[in-house]
Amino acid sequence: MGEFKVHRVRFFNYVPSGIRCVAYNNQSNRLAVSRTDGTVEIYNLSANYFQEKFFPGHESRATEALCWAAGQRLFSAGLNGEIIEYDLQALNVKYAMDAFGGPIWSMTASPSGSQLLVGCEDGSVKLFQITPDKIQFERNFDRQKSRILSLSWHPSGTHIAAGSIDYISVFDVKSGSTIHKMIVDRQYMGVSKRKCIVWGVAFLSDGTVISVDSAGKVQFWDSATGTLVKSHLIANADVQSIAVADQEDSFVVGTAEGTIFHFQLLPVTSNSNEKQWVRTKPFQHHTHDVRTVAHSPTALISGGTDTHLVIRPLMEKVEVKNYDAALRKITFPHRRLISCSKKRQLLLFQFTHHLELWRLGSTVATGKNGDTLPLSKNADHLLHLKTKGPENIICSSISPCGNWIAYSTASRFFLCRLNYEHDNISLKRVSKMPAFLRSALQILFSEDSTKLFVASNQGSLHIVQLLEGSFKHLHAFQPLSGTVEAMCLLAVSPDGSWLAASGTSAGVRVYNVKQLKLHCTVPAYNFPVTALAIAPDTNNLVIAHSDQQVFEYSIPDKQYTEWSRTVQKQGFHHLWLQRDTPITHISFHPKRPMHILLHDAYMFCIIDKSLVSSSLLPPESSLESL
Amino acid sequence: MAALEEEFTLSSVVLGAGPDGLLGVEHSDKTDQFLVTDSGRTVILYKLSDQKTLGSWSVKQGQIITCPAVCNFQTGEYIVVHDNKVLRIWNSEDVNLDKVFKATLSAEVYRIHSIQGTEPLVLFKEGAVRGLEALLAEPQQKIETVISNEEVIKMYCMFLIIFFHGNYFAYVQTFHSRVLSKYTLLLGQEEKVVIQSFTASVDRKFISLMSLSSDGCIHETLIPIRPTDPEKNQRVVRSLLLKAVVSGNARNGVALTVLDQDHVAVLGSPLPASKECISIWNIKFQTLQISKELPQGTSGQLWYYGENLFMLHGKFLTVIPYKCEVSSLAGALGKLKHSQDPGTHVTPHFVNWETSQGCGLGCQNSEQSRRIVSLVIEIEISLILLFQKDSEKHIEVELRKFLAMKQTPDFHAIIGDIVTGLLERCKAEPSFCPRNCLIQLIQTHVLSYSLCPGLMEVALQKTDVQLLQLCLQQFPDIPESVTCACLKLFLSIGDDCLQETDVNMESVSDYSGTAQDEKMEEQTKILQNGFNPKEDNCSNCDQELNEKPQDTTKETISCPVIPKRAALLNAILHSAYSETFLLPHLKDIPAQHITLFLQYLYFLYLKCSENATMTLPGIHPPTLNQIMDWICLLLDANFTVVVMIPEAKRLLINLYKFVKSQISVYSELNKIEVSFRELQKLNQEKNNRGLYSIEVLELF
Repeated sequence: MGEFKVHRVRFFNYVPSGIRCVAYNNQSNRLAVSRTDGTVEIYNLSANYFQEKFFPGHESRATEALCWAAGQRLFSAGLNGEIIEYDLQALNVKYAMDAFGGPIWSMTASPSGSQLLVGCEDGSVKLFQITPDKIQFERNFDRQKSRILSLSWHPSGTHIAAGSIDYISVFDVKSGSTIHKMIVDRQYMGVSKRKCIVWGVAFLSDGTVISVDSAGKVQFWDSATGTLVKSHLIANADVQSIAVADQEDSFVVGTAEGTIFHFQLLPVTSNSNEKQWVRTKPFQHHTHDVRTVAHSPTALISGGTDTHLVIRPLMEKVEVKNYDAALRKITFPHRRLISCSKKRQLLLFQFTHHLELWRLGSTVATGKNGDTLPLSKNADHLLHLKTKGPENIICSSISPCGNWIAYSTASRFFLCRLNYEHDNISLKRVSKMPAFLRSALQILFSEDSTKLFVASNQGSLHIVQLLEGSFKHLHAFQPLSGTVEAMCLLAVSPDGSWLAASGTSAGVRVYNVKQLKLHCTVPAYNFPVTALAIAPDTNNLVIAHSDQQVFEYSIPDKQYTEWSRTVQKQGFHHLWLQRDTPITHISFHPKRPMHILLHDAYMFCIIDKSLVSSSLLPPESSLESL
Repeated sequence: MAALEEEFTLSSVVLGAGPDGLLGVEHSDKTDQFLVTDSGRTVILYKLSDQKTLGSWSVKQGQIITCPAVCNFQTGEYIVVHDNKVLRIWNSEDVNLDKVFKATLSAEVYRIHSIQGTEPLVLFKEGAVRGLEALLAEPQQKIETVISNEEVIKMYCMFLIIFFHGNYFAYVQTFHSRVLSKYTLLLGQEEKVVIQSFTASVDRKFISLMSLSSDGCIHETLIPIRPTDPEKNQRVVRSLLLKAVVSGNARNGVALTVLDQDHVAVLGSPLPASKECISIWNIKFQTLQISKELPQGTSGQLWYYGENLFMLHGKFLTVIPYKCEVSSLAGALGKLKHSQDPGTHVTPHFVNWETSQGCGLGCQNSEQSRRIVSLVIEIEISLILLFQKDSEKHIEVELRKFLAMKQTPDFHAIIGDIVTGLLERCKAEPSFCPRNCLIQLIQTHVLSYSLCPGLMEVALQKTDVQLLQLCLQQFPDIPESVTCACLKLFLSIGDDCLQETDVNMESVSDYSGTAQDEKMEEQTKILQNGFNPKEDNCSNCDQELNEKPQDTTKETISCPVIPKRAALLNAILHSAYSETFLLPHLKDIPAQHITLFLQYLYFLYLKCSENATMTLPGIHPPTLNQIMDWICLLLDANFTVVVMIPEAKRLLINLYKFVKSQISVYSELNKIEVSFRELQKLNQEKNNRGLYSIEVLELF
């Protein structure tokens, strides 16, 4: 393979936002995660924990609650007082509705999934009916003195427990009136605290209410009598979250010390029918507050201020001891945040609210393997581009020639032209973007930088001709009739004649850019696509999937290549398949057509197609990236 | 260890064994009955335990048996093939082979394979295999050709057939699946090597095929039982197991057979010129276990059934019963005493295999060594005879003569016998005490406890501490109970008795001999620079100690035992032990002796801590670890007793303070370690944490 001059870039100091809520959907085995910047991400736990969708955040939209309802509809509520439903197909916000109760602190869907309950700053608990395309306010429950921080339905749907400050109320759903008020002890290790905040409640089918509070206690209440049954002091700090398994035989709580505790309902003695809740296992996978936990049938899921999403499988629930039984820690987004201008050696870094443009340094020295070369020119920070408005950046790209930068937020598309005069750079925004270019999920420039490909969130693909300082809309590929699935990944062939696009579930579509028509569709595969690229000369499309499979599809021949078939027949090496981070970028060695370069968040590797058997082995060298 | 027992010949009749030897020896359906087929016309049934012939059958003149007779274990009948194609089946009542069941087959039979529990299988020369019942149902059925014409069946064992045609091929046929897989045996570089003998054994997954090549090496080849791809001709590589087991150019054939998972028996001459030998080798440790000469020559054939080896010795079928014990490293080498002190002279306490191997390998002049062996044996016998009656003086002289001779392979065994002989007389005759002889014998460094278990017992009875010290120093395998008995004796024996004995004092340097006052004062000063419990201000608990500081210093300085006792105790400290076995015995020692020993150990510890290397002066002194381990052991075993004794109080307080100070030192070290780690981390970050660098990396 030979020696590479590797630029080790460590100045992309991207910091993910902290995790605020997680919501697990048992039906589709998906996990929704909301972050403190308002971003909502959806992870497919069946597809190797791939982050398959995301909704960009918004400065004013701090999410405090997230829940799945009515099957697979996703709702969030936040401190701006709005309830938001997300369109999981088109990947945008379907609607936002003000609950008129001030900031919303908690939200939960009824066991049947047809009703939504929100707890507001003003102490009101509001019930909404979920209609097929919207939600409708139904009524208020008895107003409480202070904000409602947590809510939980009784599994039969007749009662509700609401955690507030210093007390827990139990409501009757039919009448909307309070049945019991259970006062939480403020005492904390003998010292009386000012307030005791009930961060989470869980209502079990036998009428037990479990509460977690800021005094570090996990308490069990009898909702029929309103009495405290049992109390566990588990932390010196707040216990911030609770999640109960569907079978109600185990639950998990997260503390502000970064620890999560597993509680299980176990027989008092063996062979006895009497069971009690026992604190069984503590896990310390976080360094900061665990703001939220979820309990899937086989795993404990936790997230918090330290930005890690941790999925800890429960060994006793895992049937097959395969790699799914391993602990997963997801920190970085599963998509590309860096684009590169090869000609001018520029890197464009995408942050939530700004872009950074850097020029790589250079060296005249040479060296042998392992040497760090002296820099003749250090890397330059050329540009810091802040977005206007409160919305987060969805995607960005720099053209290969380095003259164009395009980026998009949820409602606006920006195209800028860069002019280089010696060391000065001037940026000129192209104004008057057409109406259809409102927002983009993915932006890509052609290799010669004359065309811009934009995947809009309506499912259509736009081709724009770039001219000096202006542009011309050439064509729009509309989605197939009846589908509105958004395209998230694009790849264009270096000769500019083919465009491949992939959504979250359907197969990869290949368009003929010259003739402006759909060329073919690569057969759909069970796992979502994580990266796409078209090889120069051969026009082979290389597709990486979230289960770590790599396919090579010949676009001209409309079939998988011989190498791809061989690889599929033999199967990849198990160490390769066991990696837990998806491939986020595919590239090619210009001088070695047999090599495919791949990388994910943690490693860089090369597949040599000429060595079929050894290519199935994990690569020897790996580089740390990000 | 393996052992070959006394051989016996099976038949008084000379078998009609041709130059190729016998056709085969096969097990019959009754235990210790065997079918022997000679290469002419006769099948004989032997009963091994009675060493007599039960039956004999012959084919007609002009006919010739071509395949050894086997027993069909399902029916109890015997099967033989003569003239390649004619199958005969009879039972022990039949007299004439001409009148028994006969079946003429369409192809030539190579072997009949019969094992307990299944029907016999017939292997044809062309490689096909048939079950006997299926074959007899239609004797004239067509037999297919499995192997090509050029290939010849060379050897066959169990369900493995070896063919020779330029290369060696192994065909594996599993009976149930009828899948035939072919393996090429790769021989490696040595082109000229010819495989002379094969043997195979089966475990769950692999057939282990061992081959004895003409260069005398044993190789092992693993062949999977379940072939991955039966269609293909697969290659298997062999690995070397043993080197130069037999000489390359044996006149007669050589033979190899696997006895169990660790042992193989090899028949052949170890040297080009020497007589043939039967030897048992341990493959795991690559050691020769035992070997026996067969001066009348063999046919190069070897069979084994149960615990008997069968071979043709001269003209007679000879049976040698053998025994192989499960081999362990300890069994092969003997337990090695732990010693890492610099001044120790390393003597091998285990049997030197090289010399015994060397005998077989021609490193020594075998003729000469054999002469010495016989000479030694002669002397040994005469010595043992001497022991029975002669005076101590005479025995001593004779023994010295004997020891002056060169050491021979089984020298240790002879010495063991001599010691046992001496001890027997000791027991019978209380007045007889050959101390000097015994000391001489122990100093040969070849004795161990297991060779002469009675020796230390006698020494303990006679309270012969010098002998015990020697034993403790020399024997690698003293049981803990005996060590403890020695310790008991050493602690309880009176000082005046000790003064008279001649104890080796090399492990005790002058430190312990100085109870004199003028030297003591000097040492007090030295001590104050080192560890001194008085300066440890962390404890207020021992007011007694603070009240009389002068006393304490004195006590820590003077050795609590006299030098000779110290030397004996040091021997105990050096001996090997296992805690679990030692602890129960330690409980039997009286409390005041325990206290004394603890005081001595504590004194040794203080001596140790006087210098930076934490070692004691002198040749072969006890190490700090040994001292510490013994203190812990003694306290573990006797704490409840010791804690009640007023004399031990100060000692315990001292030990307590010592542990406490150690803990505080370690906690300080732990604190330092954290900051040290932080510093290291900072250092690392400085080294490689630039935000940007260009590096050269070579990717495979």
